Amino acid sequence: MATDAGTSTEPKAALARADGDLLALTHIYTATLVLGIGALFGVLQGYSRANFIVMPPAFDYYRMLTAHGVLMALVFTTFFITGLFTYMTYRSIPRARSTILGWTGYWTMLFGTVMTTVTILSGNATVLYTFYAPLKASPFFYFGATFLILGTWCVAGDVALNIRWWKRSNPTQKTPLPAFIAACTMLMWVIATLGVVAEMGLLIPWSLGWTSGIDVSLTRMLFWYFGHPLVYFWIMAAYAIWYTIVPATYKGAVFSDALTRVAFVSLLLLSTPVGLHHQYLDPGISAGWKWLHTVTTYGVVIPSFMTAFAIFASFEIAARKAGVRGFWNIVRRLPWKNPVFAGPALGMLLFIPGGFGGIVNNSYAMDVLVHNTMWIVGHFHITVGGPVALTFIGAAYGLVPALSGRKLYAPKVALVQVYTYFVGMSIMSTAMHWAGLLGSPRRTSDVTYFGANGAATWHPEMVWAAVGGSLVAISILMFVIVATGTFLADRHPANTPAFAFAPTDEEAMPTPPALDRLGRWGLVALALAVLAYAGPVVQQLQAHAYLAPGMRTW
Amino acid sequence: MQIHLHRAERLWLICGLAMLVAFLATITTAAVVDGFVPPSRVQSIDPTKVSRTPPFDHPGLRKVGEGAYEAYYVARVFSFSPATIEVPAGSRVTFYVTSTDVEHGFSIPETGVNTMVTPGWVSQVSHTFRTRGTFLLVCNEYCGSGHQMMAAKVEVK
Repeated sequence: MATDAGTSTEPKAALARADGDLLALTHIYTATLVLGIGALFGVLQGYSRANFIVMPPAFDYYRMLTAHGVLMALVFTTFFITGLFTYMTYRSIPRARSTILGWTGYWTMLFGTVMTTVTILSGNATVLYTFYAPLKASPFFYFGATFLILGTWCVAGDVALNIRWWKRSNPTQKTPLPAFIAACTMLMWVIATLGVVAEMGLLIPWSLGWTSGIDVSLTRMLFWYFGHPLVYFWIMAAYAIWYTIVPATYKGAVFSDALTRVAFVSLLLLSTPVGLHHQYLDPGISAGWKWLHTVTTYGVVIPSFMTAFAIFASFEIAARKAGVRGFWNIVRRLPWKNPVFAGPALGMLLFIPGGFGGIVNNSYAMDVLVHNTMWIVGHFHITVGGPVALTFIGAAYGLVPALSGRKLYAPKVALVQVYTYFVGMSIMSTAMHWAGLLGSPRRTSDVTYFGANGAATWHPEMVWAAVGGSLVAISILMFVIVATGTFLADRHPANTPAFAFAPTDEEAMPTPPALDRLGRWGLVALALAVLAYAGPVVQQLQAHAYLAPGMRTW
Repeated sequence: MQIHLHRAERLWLICGLAMLVAFLATITTAAVVDGFVPPSRVQSIDPTKVSRTPPFDHPGLRKVGEGAYEAYYVARVFSFSPATIEVPAGSRVTFYVTSTDVEHGFSIPETGVNTMVTPGWVSQVSHTFRTRGTFLLVCNEYCGSGHQMMAAKVEVK
């Protein structure tokens, strides 16, 4: 099926490919730099919470927390994903192409990121990455975030144009799987970001002083309309790597082309109508609407079950073809010494508790036990900080050499790095989950509460979290060294390191053509989002006419 | 559209689906039978007029029956009013909370008391305090530079 088509001899196509590779590589290096900065802020937060250090008032905990959240959740992930999908689309649809739209996207994203980051670091946007109104940041914060998102829309447009070209040139063939996955995920992303762009449409005029008040509840709802699919944006990109890139490391295949597409279409449909599960404890939304989102959130678990099956099936089929049988023999046969495999595979292990923790969080009234506690912080570190980040890092060890034509610098450091990360993240997130069950609040610089009894029980967990966090930070430093070293050492092997997409298992069933019609699935997804949100939005607008003035409480 | 599932995969998905249905049935039964739903009061209030809107013009504890209390709280940066309430062990307390400024949280760790406090709305949550002791009440949503100091106490005698 879709394999690396690097054999083109036309000079024009070769040039176009080199430029496309450079584009994807630039995204990945930008993500790497951001990850390094974000990790530094992260470990300092861990030390603050464990009372090892106190951040100076000139650069306080909350400013650092805002920078960490924005850089990790919104910038690192987004740049890596847009780079990955540019790569997956360009490589699986080989053609001479213009990269103007792709580069426009990149520079727009970068411009927005710099604007937002400078605003945060200067102390004019200490509003955390959720920027809940009526906390009012400098307009540059909102402008920057909007540019970041508009830049991703350019990347989405670029992916869509390539799909259209493919369909016109190959009317009888299905879209190559990697390009299909990229397009499906970017389509989900565009639908989801409509919410946050609409929110920016309210926040920007208000922060400029053009409007006097803001509807706090509506902005919260618009944020979480975007905030949960944001999570699925990360997960779908990690799945993209698990399905199409990881099997190549053990000479395996995609378990089933059709079922992979079913999983991604399900994620497209169900990622958005679920956001109220972040607002279970909000006043102003009745319990019935919250229950509806509980049901849809359970629904979005199903494609993850499908993915789990497909991945383990792919492991087993590859082993059987090589004549290997038995659980431990199959596990032993996997390339645990290759970081491109080990990173994502360790990430998959972390996703087992991470995914089940997500099901717990979704369990409606039970949310009162964990909402806004350290449990939630543990949860998103064992999901986006674990499976997603480890998968991206592992894939980068394959992508960077393949895209740059350079030899990976210090591959042994790369291997040690993924295991260190796994151990550190396991310790840190376990400690955070535990502290949360004891009631320790999140997003708080100091939780001693003047020596209150209950608060003292949270301290040992925070020390463990700092220990785990140190390992993660050291590990990220190792990743940055390998990535920078690969660039600076500039060693080019005779043959560009092979890095191909996995083929599809030849015994799998044919793919129904209806699955390939992404435009129609996109309309269904939009309709589901409208159905899930129409009721709660109308309820809020009817009950409530109060518009809040902006406040700067930091 | 024809999708054929492998027999093992069908079994796996049926088990997964059965698990989700069981979870959903459990929480739905708890919601309908025991009223175990997340705090979801829908009552708006003008946050600029909280100090003039009864009963929030006089925040504090009211006894409404034998072992039953209502507590009215105002959250503002960076404190709760009242700072301390005192109830006998075994009391059922219904908390009503509103904010005069930004988003706050209202959480009593180790109890089921946990709700967001959004300016413009009244939050409601109930709890029966069975054990004696001093309970810490904290703001668990970032509200500004003094967020870590925003706490109060519930004394159960």
